[in-house]
Amino acid sequence: MLGEDGPAPGSPVDLKSVAGKPPVTSESFDLLVIGAGKAGLRAAIEAAEAGLKTVLVDENPIPYATMGEDVPRHFGQAMTGAARNRNAMMEAFVASEPLFEAAFEAGVDIRLGTACWGLYAKGAALRHLPGLVAGLSDETSASLVAPRHVIVATGRRDMGLGFPGWQLPGVMGASAARLLAEHYDGALTSGRIVILGSDTEALLTALALAKRGVKTAAVIDQAERPVASPDLIVGAEQAGIPILCRSVIREAIGSERVEGVLVGELDADGVPTGAELQIDCDGIVLAIGSVPMIDLLQAAGAACRFDPARGGHVPLVDFRGRTSLPSVYAIGDCAGIWPEKSRDATIAEQEACDAVDAILGRASERNDRPEPHAEYDLSAYRKAWLRASVIHARAEFPLCQCEDVSARDLLQLRPPRYLEWEGQMPEAHSLAALLAAGPPDPDQLKRMTRAGMGPCQGRRCREQIAALLALEADADLATVPLASYRAPVRPLPLALAASLGEVPLQGEHWDSWFGMHAQWRPFWEVKGQFTLATNDTSGEVASE
Amino acid sequence: MTRRPGTRDPKRTGAEVVIVGGGVTGLSAGFWLAREGVDVLVLEAGMVGDEASGRNGGGCSHHHSPLFAEEQRLWPLMDDLLGYPTEFRSERIRLAFSEAQMALYARAKINAEHQGFSTEILDTKEARKLVPLADENTVGGYFYHFGGHANPHRTLAGYAFAMEDHGGQLRQNTRVTGIRIQGGQVTGVETDAGFFGCDHLVIAAGPQTAHLAAMIGCDVPLAAARAEMIVTEALPLMPYGGVDGNGLYGRQTLRGNLAYGGGPHEWVETVPDRAPGKPSSPLMGGIANRLATLLPKAAHARIIRSWAGIMENTPDGRPVIDHAPGVDNVVVATLSSVGFGLSPASGRAIRDLVIERRCTFADISTFRLNRFADLEPDWRERLGWLPLR
Ligand SMILES: Cc1cc2nc3c(=O)[nH]c(=O)nc-3n(C[C@H](O)[C@H](O)[C@H](O)COP(=O)(O)OP(=O)(O)OC[C@H]3O[C@@H](n4cnc5c(N)ncnc54)[C@H](O)[C@@H]3O)c2cc1C
Repeated sequence: MLGEDGPAPGSPVDLKSVAGKPPVTSESFDLLVIGAGKAGLRAAIEAAEAGLKTVLVDENPIPYATMGEDVPRHFGQAMTGAARNRNAMMEAFVASEPLFEAAFEAGVDIRLGTACWGLYAKGAALRHLPGLVAGLSDETSASLVAPRHVIVATGRRDMGLGFPGWQLPGVMGASAARLLAEHYDGALTSGRIVILGSDTEALLTALALAKRGVKTAAVIDQAERPVASPDLIVGAEQAGIPILCRSVIREAIGSERVEGVLVGELDADGVPTGAELQIDCDGIVLAIGSVPMIDLLQAAGAACRFDPARGGHVPLVDFRGRTSLPSVYAIGDCAGIWPEKSRDATIAEQEACDAVDAILGRASERNDRPEPHAEYDLSAYRKAWLRASVIHARAEFPLCQCEDVSARDLLQLRPPRYLEWEGQMPEAHSLAALLAAGPPDPDQLKRMTRAGMGPCQGRRCREQIAALLALEADADLATVPLASYRAPVRPLPLALAASLGEVPLQGEHWDSWFGMHAQWRPFWEVKGQFTLATNDTSGEVASE
Repeated sequence: MTRRPGTRDPKRTGAEVVIVGGGVTGLSAGFWLAREGVDVLVLEAGMVGDEASGRNGGGCSHHHSPLFAEEQRLWPLMDDLLGYPTEFRSERIRLAFSEAQMALYARAKINAEHQGFSTEILDTKEARKLVPLADENTVGGYFYHFGGHANPHRTLAGYAFAMEDHGGQLRQNTRVTGIRIQGGQVTGVETDAGFFGCDHLVIAAGPQTAHLAAMIGCDVPLAAARAEMIVTEALPLMPYGGVDGNGLYGRQTLRGNLAYGGGPHEWVETVPDRAPGKPSSPLMGGIANRLATLLPKAAHARIIRSWAGIMENTPDGRPVIDHAPGVDNVVVATLSSVGFGLSPASGRAIRDLVIERRCTFADISTFRLNRFADLEPDWRERLGWLPLR
């Protein structure tokens, strides 16, 4: 009902409300592209060539300290000291992708080392926004910009998977390992790795890292046989990469860093038999699941759904990449990951062109998109990994590393450990009881246990917790909603956020709460009837 | 109460007391009732914790309220009463950054003194000593020896678990869509999961309270608004977590995070059949700016989340806790945007209204609905409390 209600022009305005206080934006332009992978670069080039004033941001090279916290990917401290050198990494990042040159030539305003931490769309409950607003920051500054259109091309991250010792440096996500090896000039500490997971993405990781001199000592999967496309399985064999199936990681060995893994055999029910073998390695690569990076979109309110053929939760898009938010598009891996797409960059680049066509109002060459099909049963696969690695783990470990929450804490819905509460949680309030009474909800679990509430915003634990919920509820992963992301989707120092500025009216009328005189009048001074005509609103008031 | 506890027909679906709304108000009332063996059922449209009760600042210092004395008496007892930790911490420090703020913040001192609570006035040096993250820029402040703060999620869980431990029931994902009346009495509620009978109904549905009360012809003047908070990564614990001021409310949690809010709200429209949307906005910057002034030594700390919540206000910003006029087995309760801290007391007051028909421990006549009998019908327009166009 936008536009039908609201104060009529000239009618009273609540000065303590957002009325007349839009955010202060420092720039406006036609198109903001977020993410300079193949998809984002292609979109930016197409748009700039068509005359759109286009800004392309990418958070890479990521500050070393941020990487150290596994934001936005699970780097697992596996970056070498070279990753501290911002200028060198900037150069390496640009050199690693030929499309950058075309983008510079096309006149794209490219800003590397710049993260987009928030996207805001005018809507039923954000009516004071001028339209789209995006929050950007680098290491020393932050700003709000007002693009007319936004293309989100933020790529992928990896599903985390816990096991005893998974906090050790050297346990990392597949996409993080590839980023370091391929786009940070080989700034990856590990030379000999064990990969968990055997799907196409996992084997592509093994083969890509092999080209950078990283040896894969073994690929391990709980499944009965590898789930990758057959030609890749052959390729891995030819490259001398052993694939151990019906196996699970029992433990990461090492005191300071990963020095090896203990691999356990699984029986037909996915339970460790006790037979074990040790493999020496200096890196453990999590390739259980490649996950579309939708944090920004979901936090902005774009409708998302679970699609096992696209790697999990993805934004709902039409054939041109339009999300449910007006003028916001999703392309590339963040719109869906599937084997053919990972092996053929032209699919993502086509998505980029389609989105730019839509923005330009150009006729579309296509009116549909290839429907990907799942390589394997994603729900069953992730649940089986969780059962083998987490539920049957031989020792307790934090599933949520930021907030120190173990699987047992989750199953018992235990109050967080920092409270040092010594009481017993009754069976009646266990996770099982909660799930017997209603559908699974990771946000509720988060609120009760704090799992996912730390600085990494649940990037290392959210898919595991979803799988845990699905296992406990005996339900398909598709029934588990996405734990919500919230802006800022990259940690933002108070001092930087403080520099965003505000309209003077906001400062003049700032109050901690509604600033209503009557609300704070002590009860002994309150008279019988309340009317606006007799309400005393004289003098200054500060809310309590 | 029309029937005494223990006389319920076991074949009936429902309960002696049905409470609409699983926020702090409804769950606290449920706890107090269940504790005495009353058969109580809380119906919550969504998930506990998804609305204002799980999205607030956790402040418990409401010296203006007739429930203040009870709020202050109960909080230190709640962990024991519930059997679960609420993370309550007593006392509060408010820092000022201008003489004007210093003067405005004196009101808490005056109000609390009126009720027998003390306050110390702090100069810059004393303030810095008590608040390690503060700096030279503060002109001083107040050390209120009352009030405090608790963790909203812990508290909600505590009420819900304790209520269930006492035999009360909570049904989430169950939205009340209608209210059945017979002979001037409510006999039960319609929901998307069927009918639930009751002898007594409590409507504590936050911003939806007006829609529900309207179903029984009861007019509750309410407008809903959206407000925002931010939280930082954890920092070393200060001796007192309840430090705010400079136009902000908030606290340092026992985990170490700084959780603060303040600034402009947005008036929104609510609809009866779905939860209100609650996006956050770039207001984060304004909050961060004031927090970096309040606690300069935390300016490097990184914001890791922001969120918004929706809560309702009556035209005078004061609660309604009253029987619905003309339907005498219904209690209507809205805390008018300041209901977390008061919840131990508001729940107990609701329990009293249901069982004793009056509040036994405080004079809550200022919460009566009939104070709005002469209210201007166009009050919302006049106050500028309509959503923007
Ligand atoms: C950002 C923010 C900060 C705040 N800070 C503080 C603070 O520091 N201190 C303080 O005391 N207060 C604070 N408040 C206010 C406080 O959170 C609310 O006043 C309080 O939580 C209200 O609780 P409630 O149970 O009455 O309502 P709600 O929390 O709104 O709960 C009502 C419940 O009713 C349910 N419901 C609605 N319709 C139906 C239906 N038809 N059927 C079934 N269920 C239904 C809703 O889903 C909801 O869960 C703050 C609020 C916000 C948003």
